[in-house]
Amino acid sequence: MPNAPVPLSWYLILSAILFALGVAGFIFRRNIITVFMSIELMLNAVNLSFVTFSYEFKQVDGHIYSFFVMVVAAAEAAVGLAIILTVFKNRATLMIDEVNSMKY
Amino acid sequence: MTALIFIVFAGIAVFCAINLVVQTHPIASALSLIGVMGSLAILYLQLGGEFIAAAQVIVYAGAIMVLFVFVIMLLNAGAEAVSFQASRFVRYLGALLLAAFLGLISLIIQAALPKTEGVLFGTFQGTALDVGRKLFTTYLLPFEVTSVLILIAIVGAIVLARKEV
Amino acid sequence: MNLFNFYIVSLVKVAVVAFVLLTTLAYLQWIERKVIAHVQLRVGPYRVGPHGLLQPLADVVKLITKEGLIPSHVNKLFYLMAPFVAVTLALISISVIPFGPEIKIGPVDTWMQLTDLRIGILFVIAVSSIGVYGVALGGWASNNKYSLLGGLRSSAQMISYELPLALAVAAPLLLANTLSFREMVSYQSGYWLGFIPRWNLFPEILGFIVFMIAGFAETNRVPFDLPEAENELVAGFHTEYSSMNFAAFFMAEYANMVTVTAVATLLFLGGWQPPFPEPYSNFVPILVFAIGGLIALYHGLNPARRMDKFTLPATALVFLGIAAIFGLSLFVPMAKTILMALFWFCGKILILLFVFIWVRATLPRFRYDQLMRFAWIFLFPISMLNLLATSLIVALTTK
Repeated sequence: MPNAPVPLSWYLILSAILFALGVAGFIFRRNIITVFMSIELMLNAVNLSFVTFSYEFKQVDGHIYSFFVMVVAAAEAAVGLAIILTVFKNRATLMIDEVNSMKY
Repeated sequence: MTALIFIVFAGIAVFCAINLVVQTHPIASALSLIGVMGSLAILYLQLGGEFIAAAQVIVYAGAIMVLFVFVIMLLNAGAEAVSFQASRFVRYLGALLLAAFLGLISLIIQAALPKTEGVLFGTFQGTALDVGRKLFTTYLLPFEVTSVLILIAIVGAIVLARKEV
Repeated sequence: MNLFNFYIVSLVKVAVVAFVLLTTLAYLQWIERKVIAHVQLRVGPYRVGPHGLLQPLADVVKLITKEGLIPSHVNKLFYLMAPFVAVTLALISISVIPFGPEIKIGPVDTWMQLTDLRIGILFVIAVSSIGVYGVALGGWASNNKYSLLGGLRSSAQMISYELPLALAVAAPLLLANTLSFREMVSYQSGYWLGFIPRWNLFPEILGFIVFMIAGFAETNRVPFDLPEAENELVAGFHTEYSSMNFAAFFMAEYANMVTVTAVATLLFLGGWQPPFPEPYSNFVPILVFAIGGLIALYHGLNPARRMDKFTLPATALVFLGIAAIFGLSLFVPMAKTILMALFWFCGKILILLFVFIWVRATLPRFRYDQLMRFAWIFLFPISMLNLLATSLIVALTTK
């Protein structure tokens, strides 16, 4: 099979598609854990973008930014899941529509 | 060969992402997200980011997603009851319009970028040596601040999850 | 070597490694049962074939022909996926382990390794991180309180012990300045004072001990086998599994054991390199097998049991034959390289596996909170201190 190079824009398009799907999941789903996972999907799409541009400039700086994004995602996931557990303990529900006692 | 691997794993990534958004049970969504992360790790390998690919699998798919799976299993999250108010025709039209929208975004991105030489596996190698060197010289301050950030996250998680004495 | 040759050579290597590995996994169980039995002053499997040597075959036949029962209340997709994931990942991590140095057989010039990655050790850690899902999903999909608890405990244990494992691994990586296994082994070549091998074991003895303890916990072996023990939690996460699925989980556990001992050998014990210099160490395999054969022959002359009048001389013949092969290979250089490398590498792995089995026969198991406390309050600070001391010494001594 001939070794044709893959255009760089394909990787960026994939990153945009994944980000759009992450936003769709964030807006349309009601289970708080699925919303969190859509946030992680968005962060992964951004990581792909960083690594793609790091290839473009032939430097590892993009890899390092991606590494920091992963670390921040880990910290955020830990605290976010602890908050979800606390809310579940108090409200016994995981649907974000039902946590509305401060609404009116 | 590069193009074939890209198409296969990009297809798997998009399929798993759509699965994440569409599935009702959170465990199925979590496993789809692990599928996305795995195929993205392969794409990073293609782009020469071998250290980042390994870090993605170890940290993201192997630790963060385990945390998600734990919480889903502990809270016994059941399948969400999905009620569609729109008719079938509207749903299919929506999916078609979504695909058209994404295609439009792709065209705009493709047209806006300057012509570069494309990705060939093996042209660039982001070895652990380079990453480590840059991490500890140029990016030393963010590295140290990240460790403080993780400390804050640990303290926060422990305080939140503690039993009320 | 062109592309076609590369594929053929790789296929041959994959076939050899797969066949040897699967046979080893089956006979590892025989070795374990025999060793535990002799520790407990009994005989172990004895009747199926001479000294129970066909017992693994009988077990395989039993497990295959048993009724594969899928209970009605389980989540079928994840129930069937979990042992598949566990076994696949356990077997994949063997693909980066080198068994010996570069060899030349005819026109083919290759290493005794399926593939070398520049990030070899990270690949092994990544595969073992994903292996947690096999256990967690198996426990959850069984739709059973005890399985769920066993699965959760086991996955929490595995991710807690990954941290001291990775830190214990980082210290020899600092010394050798590389992540690939081949370069790690070539860093450990040579001898201090002419006869002490330059293994990473001697500067990093604490790291080796931490790695072995974390390896026990990663593979769910005693004393850390609370999540899967038979008298706790009704066999934990594999309660609802039967026949081939159950066999898959057990195969995954033994394959993980082989991986952990192989990585320990490569990182700390110098891989396939002999412990003392070349001309003398070539005679060690010949001596070992010859002495073993002679002992078997001596006991075969007045055996304790009637069957041993036949099996012990047969064993003696096999051992003396192997000693003769090692002796003859000294005259063929390529065969000498292959056989010596395999002898030392497999010898070290077998010694570490014997330690695994010995510990299983001897120690009681940890309670779950003791286990987690041991990881976070004891092993993690110790491995961190080891890494700090190593990095201080490396920073002060390199230019």
